[in-house]
Amino acid sequence: MSHEPQDTVSPKTIEQVYQPMKRRTFLKGTAAAMVGMAGLVAALKPLLALERGEITIDDLLQKHYRQLTPEDLQRIMQSLEAKCQQEYGVRPTIRDLKPLDGVEFGYALNLTRCIGCRKCAHACVAENNQSRDDANDIEMSYIRVLEMKKGSINLETSTAFYDPETVPQKDKYYMPVQCHQCAESPCTKVCPVQATWPEKDGVIVVDYNWCIGCRYCMAACPYDARRFNYKKPTIKPEQINPNQNYLSNRLRPKGVVEKCTFCLQRTRAGKYPACLEVCPTGARVFGNLLDPNSEINYILNNKRVYILKEDVGTQPRFYYFFDK
Amino acid sequence: MRDYVTFLFRVWRLSWQGSWKFYAWMTLLSVVSLVGLNAYAHQFVEGLQTSNMTNQVSWGAYIANFTFLVGVAAAAVMLVIPAYIYKKDYMHEVVLFGELLAIAVIVMCLLFVTVDLGHPERFHHMIPPFGIFNFPGSILSWDVIVLNGYLLLNMHIAGYLLYCRYQHRQPTKKFYIPFVFLSILWAVSIHTVTAFLYVGLAGRAYWHHPLVPARFLASAFVAGPSLMILAFQVIRRVTRYYIGDQPIFTLRMIMTVAMIINMFLLGCELFTEFYYPTQHATAAHYLYFGLHGHHALVPWIWSAMALDFVGLVLLVSPWSRRIVGLNLACVACFIGIWIEKGFGLIIPGFVPSALGQIVEYLPSRNETLVCLGIWAFGTLMFSWMLHVAIPIMNGSLRANPELSSPTQ
Repeated sequence: MSHEPQDTVSPKTIEQVYQPMKRRTFLKGTAAAMVGMAGLVAALKPLLALERGEITIDDLLQKHYRQLTPEDLQRIMQSLEAKCQQEYGVRPTIRDLKPLDGVEFGYALNLTRCIGCRKCAHACVAENNQSRDDANDIEMSYIRVLEMKKGSINLETSTAFYDPETVPQKDKYYMPVQCHQCAESPCTKVCPVQATWPEKDGVIVVDYNWCIGCRYCMAACPYDARRFNYKKPTIKPEQINPNQNYLSNRLRPKGVVEKCTFCLQRTRAGKYPACLEVCPTGARVFGNLLDPNSEINYILNNKRVYILKEDVGTQPRFYYFFDK
Repeated sequence: MRDYVTFLFRVWRLSWQGSWKFYAWMTLLSVVSLVGLNAYAHQFVEGLQTSNMTNQVSWGAYIANFTFLVGVAAAAVMLVIPAYIYKKDYMHEVVLFGELLAIAVIVMCLLFVTVDLGHPERFHHMIPPFGIFNFPGSILSWDVIVLNGYLLLNMHIAGYLLYCRYQHRQPTKKFYIPFVFLSILWAVSIHTVTAFLYVGLAGRAYWHHPLVPARFLASAFVAGPSLMILAFQVIRRVTRYYIGDQPIFTLRMIMTVAMIINMFLLGCELFTEFYYPTQHATAAHYLYFGLHGHHALVPWIWSAMALDFVGLVLLVSPWSRRIVGLNLACVACFIGIWIEKGFGLIIPGFVPSALGQIVEYLPSRNETLVCLGIWAFGTLMFSWMLHVAIPIMNGSLRANPELSSPTQ
């Protein structure tokens, strides 16, 4: 192989490196640097469109939820309320309801009764302030209702995008899926910054001010239960539910993951989740797993119970059951 | 210390010396990098809606490129092992270039992860004491450690050896040999840990598979050397640094063996997926044949298969003993593995979704521009490092030069 370097760095150029800089070189360098800077500024120009106050020093310095003092948290919640008021003209009440002692929530869904009307999915969006483009948009709903072919429980042959005139269709049955609040939750295990964790009552929550948006939890979830805010959530002022909680349904920023919390803003205050209340067939049963007399325990002890993807080892707190 | 500042100053001066070809090349790369940066600035403001990712396919081109490039970085070890363990002197001619390549590629990896984040400005949440590090639970935390560790190791080894060369003295063994051996283990670890990112997810049958790390390493030891073979030829053609044929053909042998292993493991995988039809094979079915009328990835994967096959045939045949044949094999293998290990691994993990729904994905224009920008920036870094390293390596840049004319 011949070796005739048509070189970029000849001994002559090297020698210049040892010499003091010439005036001409300096000027040339300055000119090149200015062109480079101009290019850089031009490339970064879209940043001017950043909303004011979108990234503040306070946000950057804010600690993880579990390291905040009660005063800090109070101040942060108030500033979130003020921000919502300013932007949407609606002042929400943001609280921080703690898990109740002696309570571990469980949810059961009666597959015999569900008719696939998707009222639960819509109620979820209305309650939890998800982003939506129009009244029919339930992409961000925490509930996906699957239309299943009778004769099997096969997700591969199901569809979440069914749209017949009426439900239920004769040859179909329906299976709503939402966060299973797993006892062995893969999503919390993989989060690199502990922005999502299981609370004492079994509910898995997300600190929206801590999440870095890597979406590893979404890859880990076997139930497709997590949603990502690819854009700033779109919601109209009149659609905002003002009863909000820091770890559940407060308005989310863009770029963070969110998920079903069993409506903890309601359930920790003694109410039922929104999806249960709206269900027209009474297919949904919610309650305290630690209370032996609860309805949920009656179901688990007396009905035929099915756990979705039990083989994955997630130990869900969400169960399906059949009437007969 | 003062010497070191002088060294840095000279390196800086040298960075701006070069022919018009060098300037044209660097300008081109800078422009593409800036276009990528501009696309990223849009993404930063508007959010990841500028990508084609969805709730169903929540990782895309960024993570695919990241995965592929971790392998390329790890492959630097294929120069280190022959040089330091088998004591092949001719490999010492080039081992430094492998380390420099690893540095540039790891930086690209870190950039690909960063652009994938919804909140990159919260990056410090991963760094104690400012943040909370989910260690040892999260494999992503492990990946942050091993990738940054590998970057530091290579920066130390390459930087130290270059500085000694510049000062014209023998490097002190204890300052670098232990790190060299550590870097061998570390290279294997970066790619294994990256594989574990996927393998650890029991909910995704397509990834939850013990062959994945093994195939990662095998394919990395093809893709990395093929890039180096091409880079070495560019170096010996356009710079005053001689690289013989020996290192190139040593790499050829390594990539041949690795490619045979890679294809064998691929065969094992295909057998497992397709011999007996299970629901776990739906992702593979989607990838190779399409599913329920959706086949966005089918042309990609068959192109990759064809390229892999051509690469393999060239490598095991005498054709690749000639440099043209070898170069063809390198290009075929590099692109083939880039497709199969990037898109071919990441996207079918999400299609069908965990609930069996099919939402297809191909990158958006903006995503593609960001990816191009990062590739250009990596190439820019590598070109720059070579530009300053080669005059040091061939002894023309020295601490105490003998000048032909006295300094003014």
